Amino acid sequence: MLDILRDYGLQLLIGQYPAGPLGGLALTLVLSVSVLVLAFPLAVVVGVARGSRRPAIAAAAALYANAIRGLPLLLVVFWSYYALPLLVGASFSAERVMVSALVIYESAYLGEIVRAGIAALPAGQAEAAHSLGLGRWATLRKVLLPQALYNMIPSFLSQFIVVLKNTSVAYVIGVNEVTNQAYQINSQLLSRPFEVFAILAAIYFALAKLLSLGAARLDRRIAG
Amino acid sequence: MAGSLLAAPDHRALLSGGLWLTGLLFVMSWLLAVLLACGIAGLRGSRFAVLRAVAGVVVDYHRNVPGVVQIFVWYFGISALLPSGMQRWINRHDGELLLAWIALALYAAAYISEDLRSGFRAIAPGQGEAAAALGLTPWQTALKVLLPQAVRAALPALVNQTLALFKATTLALTIGVVDLLGAAVQIENQTFRTFEVFGIVSVAYLAGSWVIMAGGYWLNRRFAVVTAR
Repeated sequence: MLDILRDYGLQLLIGQYPAGPLGGLALTLVLSVSVLVLAFPLAVVVGVARGSRRPAIAAAAALYANAIRGLPLLLVVFWSYYALPLLVGASFSAERVMVSALVIYESAYLGEIVRAGIAALPAGQAEAAHSLGLGRWATLRKVLLPQALYNMIPSFLSQFIVVLKNTSVAYVIGVNEVTNQAYQINSQLLSRPFEVFAILAAIYFALAKLLSLGAARLDRRIAG
Repeated sequence: MAGSLLAAPDHRALLSGGLWLTGLLFVMSWLLAVLLACGIAGLRGSRFAVLRAVAGVVVDYHRNVPGVVQIFVWYFGISALLPSGMQRWINRHDGELLLAWIALALYAAAYISEDLRSGFRAIAPGQGEAAAALGLTPWQTALKVLLPQAVRAALPALVNQTLALFKATTLALTIGVVDLLGAAVQIENQTFRTFEVFGIVSVAYLAGSWVIMAGGYWLNRRFAVVTAR
């Protein structure tokens, strides 16, 4: 197992970089961070819209969230892979397809976190803001969202772990992230599949475990 | 337009075969997952520290490693460690489906066992004591008194896991199982009728997911825990 790490460890970490494009675990992390950053504003819109006083807006947001949550991630990935180029009329790199698919997918889940965060605030916050003469938008922007989003930091971090794990399906459309690297290494070695995939599992395990410990610590700090 | 795609007999056969495999994989994985989850939850409550630790590691592994990787570990990794006679047997009996089944069931079982555990923690300690005082054996207490209450408390989480498992069955296509989504991809590659074929399977998956969500909602109202006033 150690000799596999010695010969292929670097490939697992960064792919063919710098001779080729960035890959491996580094690409997995780049994809995950991009998804979280890009999905965040969309999630705030979805989360706020779900709590809207206008029934049409609330219903549209609920339909979006429930439709996305009812679809398998792989189906969203295939939609993006096959249909997005037809819709937009241009072709995208597999990385961009994957990020788009995950942004759409995760915005529904992150939107639920935002909605729950706003709903969990005491009603007195909005009432106090209103009585101070703040309008509905100002109340949302200056009073409710800052508190809700701060309280939701641990949930966002947990969702980041989910995103990180979800990037592994990018292998099906040929993105060179860490799962795909392991798959390629396995095809080269042929005779040692268990060791290769055990290493891959260990990489994800270590990263996800570390992040979830961090999320738990943050949670104690924010709640306490 | 979707009608014309379904009118071709080979497409219809491919899609209905895929639908059958998706349904089969979902139901079989769910059943095995619930069984395994009860076992894991039991081990985590064991008197022996070693058993508790082993169960903890099993849960941790399955919750921290992506589902695709778990499927690869079974399909490429563990199957290669088996004796060759067993490997041949697996290959003759739909190996992809069999190994995807095991991987998906274990994956879901880890999450379900955690939900059951929180369900058990939600039960007042007096329940077990009262059952013992009435002369019920530990097994009877567990099955007739504690488990029903734990399941009830864990119901929303269990419904979520059921939905997640239903969607996760699509991961089996990464090792070549032609489930509903796998069939759609094959038809897309043959016909390039992207919107029709993915439209059809999207409706099918949404229907399945919404039935699970609605069922969960109904069960939740039917069996909601009524707290004392």
